[in-house]
Amino acid sequence: MIEANDKETQGVVDYIKNFIRKHSIFMLAYGTGCGAIELPATLTSRYDAERLGIRGAATPRQADVLLITGYLSTKTLKRVIRVYEQMQDPKYVIGFGSCTINGGMYFDSYNTINSLAQYIPVDIYINGCMPRPEAILAGFEELQKKIQKGEADNGTKYQENIEWYRANQKKIIKNWRMPDYNW
Amino acid sequence: MNDILLTILAAIVTTIMAFTVGMLYGGIVRKLTARVQNRVGPPIYQNFIDLMKLEFKTTNIHHGLMSHLGPVWIITAAVSVLMFIPIVHGGMLLPGFSIENLTFKGDLIFLIYMMTFGSLGMALGAGETGNPNSAIGVTRGLSLMTGFEIPFVLALVALMIQYQTTSITGFMQIQEETGTWMMFSNPFAFIAALMASLGMFRYSPFDIVGAPAEIASGPASEFGGKYLGMMMSGGSIFAFIKLVLYVDVFMGGAHSIPELLLKTFVLYMVPVFYGWINPRYRTEQAIRWFYKWPLIFGVIGVIWAIY
Ligand code: SF4
Repeated sequence: MIEANDKETQGVVDYIKNFIRKHSIFMLAYGTGCGAIELPATLTSRYDAERLGIRGAATPRQADVLLITGYLSTKTLKRVIRVYEQMQDPKYVIGFGSCTINGGMYFDSYNTINSLAQYIPVDIYINGCMPRPEAILAGFEELQKKIQKGEADNGTKYQENIEWYRANQKKIIKNWRMPDYNW
Repeated sequence: MNDILLTILAAIVTTIMAFTVGMLYGGIVRKLTARVQNRVGPPIYQNFIDLMKLEFKTTNIHHGLMSHLGPVWIITAAVSVLMFIPIVHGGMLLPGFSIENLTFKGDLIFLIYMMTFGSLGMALGAGETGNPNSAIGVTRGLSLMTGFEIPFVLALVALMIQYQTTSITGFMQIQEETGTWMMFSNPFAFIAALMASLGMFRYSPFDIVGAPAEIASGPASEFGGKYLGMMMSGGSIFAFIKLVLYVDVFMGGAHSIPELLLKTFVLYMVPVFYGWINPRYRTEQAIRWFYKWPLIFGVIGVIWAIY
């Protein structure tokens, strides 16, 4: 039973929008850690992610999903933040491997971050060190489910909680000399 | 009054048809490319889904007035050029209904001039974004144009000399009367034009403009969301225009929509086939390529037309 003004249910338009969004996902061709090497395998003949509507985009302006494919050094974090802020809403982030969850085997390293979610909002984590193409496709499937439910709107969450994220980011990046984006 | 309404309706139908056909061909090529690479590939309507997703983006960045107008310019140029090209013989779109499109009896010289407008809009829009990749992409695009435009224009000039007319409907008329397509009555011009079309459609080895691995999509690298969507649709319409122009001038035009689709699809597959078996050229290689065989064939075509 669908009730009027029920915030939980999607209207027809939202349903169609989400359906289309989930079937067309451009991922940014940008790899940070070991997991990046699994992406060519995911995209080429054997696993063929393109049949699910997943394809590469070369520039953040055109991309929908940012893959953080493993350990993230503070130096790279700068670029990741810039790239994430340049992407257009709705945008999604997938974290690969234990390194993005808790630092993985670099948990006590002085120049890698431990938890990605402190700096940019993450939609899906894929576990494994490193995740195989099957796992990546399963991760994308989870992301698609989330998009269809309308739950993947972390871009807005990021904008709303920008102070919190900025504070965390500036804690790690000491020489913060980056432009402020106006989305 | 009714006539005007019908004409406007026909113009809209033509535009929608050009857009649909262009996008669909792109989708079919994506599917076929995937099959060539032993993949399943996306469904052939994937391009439409991508486009709709881009239109559903909630934020869009532009970097000033010109970058805002660039994509609009591309679409405007595409639609206005489309209005000057005879799509089917006599301009009747659907045989059952008497719906006649606009086709203002286009003139070839005017069309060659207008067809560069899309690239110009792209160049101006991309220029304002300030992204260095855009600037490189634009430079590459314009240099590539200096390559393929010369054999292309030579081929058309050959036909103009041979038949003493510049009107596209005139060409169609002549082919109708003589019963031979111009690709047979001046084969050298056709070969030159066909080789030039490889550069026009920007499939590899001439995909130096986009070059995602090098310069991040080139001119479009600062355009996302709705802007990219507009560029995509404009590009699809332009692809259709070029195909129809070739069919009209060299392959006798089309008497019905199915005939048009058949001929344009065969033509469209030429650059695609060539692209499947070739990696990308460097910029100077690409331009030099056009100044060898295509140029020679073009010159022979002109000589053939004179004697
Ligand atoms: S989780 Fe493992 S594979 Fe992934 S980046 Fe960390 S160490 Fe490398």
